[in-house]
Amino acid sequence: MAAAAKPGGAPAPKMTTNRAGLTKPDYRGLPSTLCAGCGHDSIASQIIQSAFEMSLKPHQVIKLSGIGCSSKSPAYFLSRSHGINVVHGRMPSVATGAMLANRTMKAIGVSGDGDTGSIGIGQYKHFVRRNVPMVYIIENNGVYGLTKGQFSATADLGQKLKYAGTNELMPIDLCLEALVAECGFVARSFAGDAKQVRELLKAAMAFNGTAVLDIISPCVTFNNNPDSTKSYTYGKEHEEVLQDISFVQAYEEVEIEQEPGTVQEVKLHDGPRILLKKLDRSHDPTDKLAAMRLLAEAREKQEFITGLIYINESRPTLVDLEGLPDTPLAALQDDKIRSTPEQFASVMAEFQ
Amino acid sequence: MSTAAVEPAPRAVTLDSNRDPVNDFSVVVATVNGSGSQTANNTLVRALFKMGIPVNAKNLFPSNISGLPTWYTIRISKDGYVARREGTELLVAFNPATAAADLQSLPRGGVCVYPEDAKFERSRDDVTYYALPVKSLIANLGVDKKLVDRVANMVYVGALAELLGIEREVIREALSYNLSGKQKAVDLNYNVVVAAAEFVRENLPKQDPYRVERMDKTDGLIMIDGNTAGALGALVGGLTVMAWYPITPATSLADGVNEYAPKLRHDPQTEEPTYAVVQAEDEIAAIGMVLGAGWMGARAMTSTSGPGISLMTEFVSFGYYAEVPGVIWDVMRMGPSTGLPTRVSQGDVLKAYYLGHGDVRNICLLPGTVKECFEFGQTAFDLAERFQQPVLVLSDLDLGMNAWMSEPFQYPDKPLDRGKVLNAEQLKAMEGWGRYKDIDGDGISYRTLPGNEHPAAAFFTRGSGHNASAGYSERPDDWVSNMARLARKHETARQYVPKPVVDRREGAKIGIIAFGTADPAIVEARDRLSTLAGIETSYMRLRALPLGDEVTQFIAEHDRVYVVELNTDGQMHQLLRLHAPEHAMQLRSIAYSDGLPLTARYVTEQIYEMEQK
Ligand SMILES: Cc1ncc(C[n+]2csc(CCOP(=O)(O)OP(=O)(O)O)c2C)c(N)n1
Ligand code: SF4
Ligand SMILES: [Mg+2]
Repeated sequence: MAAAAKPGGAPAPKMTTNRAGLTKPDYRGLPSTLCAGCGHDSIASQIIQSAFEMSLKPHQVIKLSGIGCSSKSPAYFLSRSHGINVVHGRMPSVATGAMLANRTMKAIGVSGDGDTGSIGIGQYKHFVRRNVPMVYIIENNGVYGLTKGQFSATADLGQKLKYAGTNELMPIDLCLEALVAECGFVARSFAGDAKQVRELLKAAMAFNGTAVLDIISPCVTFNNNPDSTKSYTYGKEHEEVLQDISFVQAYEEVEIEQEPGTVQEVKLHDGPRILLKKLDRSHDPTDKLAAMRLLAEAREKQEFITGLIYINESRPTLVDLEGLPDTPLAALQDDKIRSTPEQFASVMAEFQ
Repeated sequence: MSTAAVEPAPRAVTLDSNRDPVNDFSVVVATVNGSGSQTANNTLVRALFKMGIPVNAKNLFPSNISGLPTWYTIRISKDGYVARREGTELLVAFNPATAAADLQSLPRGGVCVYPEDAKFERSRDDVTYYALPVKSLIANLGVDKKLVDRVANMVYVGALAELLGIEREVIREALSYNLSGKQKAVDLNYNVVVAAAEFVRENLPKQDPYRVERMDKTDGLIMIDGNTAGALGALVGGLTVMAWYPITPATSLADGVNEYAPKLRHDPQTEEPTYAVVQAEDEIAAIGMVLGAGWMGARAMTSTSGPGISLMTEFVSFGYYAEVPGVIWDVMRMGPSTGLPTRVSQGDVLKAYYLGHGDVRNICLLPGTVKECFEFGQTAFDLAERFQQPVLVLSDLDLGMNAWMSEPFQYPDKPLDRGKVLNAEQLKAMEGWGRYKDIDGDGISYRTLPGNEHPAAAFFTRGSGHNASAGYSERPDDWVSNMARLARKHETARQYVPKPVVDRREGAKIGIIAFGTADPAIVEARDRLSTLAGIETSYMRLRALPLGDEVTQFIAEHDRVYVVELNTDGQMHQLLRLHAPEHAMQLRSIAYSDGLPLTARYVTEQIYEMEQK
């Protein structure tokens, strides 16, 4: 990204404090227990970096996950945020209840391709349909890591696994599923592309609504053979980056020294911007049909495209639709959540 | 009624009281499901209620939207008994498909009211018939064709009003109540009532002895169904997130929340709602939302029935181990998904208490009256937050969907019990906090909620093994000590949950233990056993699980204790034997379930016969 200034792009210098007065270690988690080199760990470190750069207040963040190696990872970032590791495939419902109870929280959900694409596909689609505000990260390795190497529903056609043989079914494309369910933020990335993951994460954190990030995250133990489409080697060789993405905070001044028409700017609700520098392919992520076509074609040709696929912040979130007060429901004083004796007396009179 | 076909055959010893034809009989209205008889039936019941006469009605309906038979039974009881009775003296035979069989089940001297063109054999000559010219009465009133079917049922309302002596003015008020005061509709229906009543007065001289007389026994009472009562209780008890998935007989609980939340829970100043209701995509999602909200610190609830309870199992286990509050209403019905979904049962007792995988014992509330449905609306939240775990409320179809007389509900005087929650300052003041540490020795730890700004407040909630400070642990000693604490917590709950209601009778050697809607039949059976057979009984009505010491004490005090419940396996009987093994031989099971509410006759006969052995 030579042309555009580097807003949050460069890693912050060590031990500087951010606008929340915190340093990067304040966003760390416990040491990971995942296999060395697991893609999930690189994503966790980008979550730490992004949360730091976004100056999130840890106590205003909640971390949620289902079950899987991927779903363990919320323990490995943001130790100062409350986290909940629920049952397999059902993280979306828990996040829905949590966000209704406290709309002021920033929710980060981590799931796997099994957790979301198989057992949890129903909750996933209903969650997206309800547009519950959350960064929904799918750490997609095409395999069940934690149960040791079975196929997941995102395994590509023809994919071979030592333990499970050859996959003969078409994969479920979780980005396409999100789009069909009217998701307003759909992105695909690659755990081996740290910068893109980070910029997309920051954009997703700033987005008001469900933001789906389907991140190909190699499982070094069960699915990292170079011929696997979910391996590091394959990803590095085949990743087709749609745009050079940089996220710009509302308070940042950025000059775009660029020929007109080469950078697309997407403004988010309260000021931040996403700058998308065009590369070889031309894709307008605000065009839903184009996004669908892009995904459908990539699926047919088994192309590994990454970047911001679709963005549209206009749909009301579930929290908006419920018309909830600014004070979180969970924080309302007791007298606010039990009606007044007068209100009650008038209802009781109806039954006399 | 043809439901009699599935009832036990009448016994030699009926032990039934002699009935007075005034204010002490039952009416069954047989119609086709979906024919819109609800307004007619509700009007009759409300009119009787407003005449001061104790009344209870039960809708015995099929799992069907329209076309199958349904029976609406109305019991009028000057003594205030509200249990279902076997046998009804008056039959409104408005369903030609069941009329012949319904007629057979009338007692000698019974009454049959039917549309004159109904084709069924009037096979009984010991029954009084009243034929109503339904079509011509309505045609004479010039009712709009589209409305004919809807008002046809008012013909039997008018006929019964005249035959039984229900005051017309009270009928008009009842109509207005049930039609929310919509004047045009009230007039239309009332005109049919009057026309039918006038027809009966002029053409059908009274030949049977049954009638009603005004009383003052319902003064100041209300009539309400248990699901609405539970919804109101939850709304004044702090409910803020409701997630549910439609299922009979639990749907009307969510309907009640939707109907009354706008009246009760919009902030008077800002007019904003202080609650959210979500119709989930299934019961797994519903309980997930409840636990998500509970984890965040909100009072959250769902309502369902047996099949939904099964789906919630994994999450309930999770909630129990991770210690997340939430409330689940199980409005019990019969059997599996296609069992008898519109029939009552108390078949989820064992499942609910042990719902989960691994070692789980859940707190269960057992409301027996609509008033308790209301009170437990709040109590369930108090217990869920105090004990930090899912709490189940076991209501049932009869309690939940039928309207019952009750004292009006009082605005709760007890404050909400939000349990052991630490804010940032309290956390600062407390030394050595750990999320799952038993600081007070009662098995209940202190929790912090997301949003707590203290840097040490956050912890990671998980169902898997954890140590006292919520760290991941697979250590055997951590597991064992956590389970020991959960057991301690359960012991604390024993003392905390609503105590049983006990009525001891002087010199009674026999005890009865029951819960929920077995109650009305037992109240009546005890009177009959006493007056007709000289058998005195004491009675303990359980209101919660886990069972406490007072239950053991009660069993110990009696030679024999009959455990009466509406299921086939004697589920509460099993729990009681486990609870008081030293008294197991004193416990006798009366477990019976056929889809219909329990009758006093059944209980009386069972105890009488078992006492002869
Ligand atoms: C109800 C239930 N069924 C099965 C399992 C076993 N299980 C644990 S993790 C997992 C698959 C996880 O796969 P994925 O979401 O892709 O995560 P990964 O380990 O690959 O990151 C399964 C099937 C479970 N925990 N719960
Ligand atoms: S098994 Fe695979 S997914 Fe699981 S931790 Fe190891 S590398 Fe990661
Ligand atoms: Mg996986």
